[in-house]
Amino acid sequence: MLTSNVLKGITKGFPLKISSTKVENAPVDYNRDFIIRIMQRIEYDALRGAVTDLGLHESLPETISESTQQNEEFLKKLHKVLLEYEVEEGELICPETGRKFPISKGIPNMLLQETEVS
Amino acid sequence: MASKRPEHQGPPDIFYNEEEARKYSQNTHIIDVQTKLSERAIELLNLPDEESCLVLDIGCGSGLSGEVLSELGHQWVGLDISSAMLDVAQEREVEGDLVLGDIGYGMPFRAGSFDGAISISALQWLCQADKSYHNPVKRLYKFFSTLYGCLARGARAVFQFYPETPHQVDMITQQAMKAGFTGGLVVDYPNSTRAKKMFLCLFAGGQVQQLPTGLTGEEGSERVPTQARFDKERNRYKNLRGKSLKKSRTWIMEKKERSRNKGRYDINRGKEIYLLHWIRS
Repeated sequence: MLTSNVLKGITKGFPLKISSTKVENAPVDYNRDFIIRIMQRIEYDALRGAVTDLGLHESLPETISESTQQNEEFLKKLHKVLLEYEVEEGELICPETGRKFPISKGIPNMLLQETEVS
Repeated sequence: MASKRPEHQGPPDIFYNEEEARKYSQNTHIIDVQTKLSERAIELLNLPDEESCLVLDIGCGSGLSGEVLSELGHQWVGLDISSAMLDVAQEREVEGDLVLGDIGYGMPFRAGSFDGAISISALQWLCQADKSYHNPVKRLYKFFSTLYGCLARGARAVFQFYPETPHQVDMITQQAMKAGFTGGLVVDYPNSTRAKKMFLCLFAGGQVQQLPTGLTGEEGSERVPTQARFDKERNRYKNLRGKSLKKSRTWIMEKKERSRNKGRYDINRGKEIYLLHWIRS
């Protein structure tokens, strides 16, 4: 899910809405330092939106306060959402144009038609 | 060994079909070469010690370079145009996230996402016009400018590539500079036709950084310059036309005078306001 938080569409195109028919969950080694580092970089609202869109039963707090940042439970939850959930089949939808980018076998297809390239 | 250059045989998504992808990923010599190149590129990337970073692998193919990143404890996102190569990467269960895309169309990532980027043996593909409507210069610029945007300030992008001609090297470096990058070429073992390897080492803003030095052979080789540094300095003197060099002290004074004349320069706030204008212009 980390990748979906950094992917964007053609122009401003962020955040891409995710819809999926298949989400998988696989354990990944927990690296606390990486999570703390990446926490500064992710678009948190977009992440929460994605979790909701996918119907994942993971509750994330509305905002990340100073105390949340130190909270081990929260960090582990963030790790799970960012690195352990993978959309296997689905679509990413551009918020501006509605253009759909298919995801197949976990790989989003961002190839454009020549007409779409500025 | 007069081997044909693969990029002359067709575009990468056609060349790296299922059969070629499988051959590529099972060839132990290739695996060995690509792994060494990846290790060297990552070394040139100069990521903070002992920290796990988010790295972009451009032209990640079957994931050979990505695996080196994983081994070093980094997270990575790989982008490639060949779905056959990405399928092989999937099969090999690489840890990075894979994206199918064409770098010539621009990088589909939001601003400041990555701590660094590497690319092994991929950039020369972008110099070909694979379709009649492709303009390699335009594609290179699109690629470099969007790459610049999606890197964090101060991040590096290191490209190991096989330039066909010096003209190609020029074309690539010019577009990279135009896109805002500084940096230069690092050449390892410049005197050995077999061992010589070229790395384009780019810096995305941030503080001024030292270009790394290339590796040289051990015995008997002359101390040949192994790096060509380029940055905005070179082109600054070209189009002066009697005016001062942009951003130099005299230029700043002249501009202040002009602003003052236009009534925009507030003597009381002085430097502050002026700098704000300068940074935003």
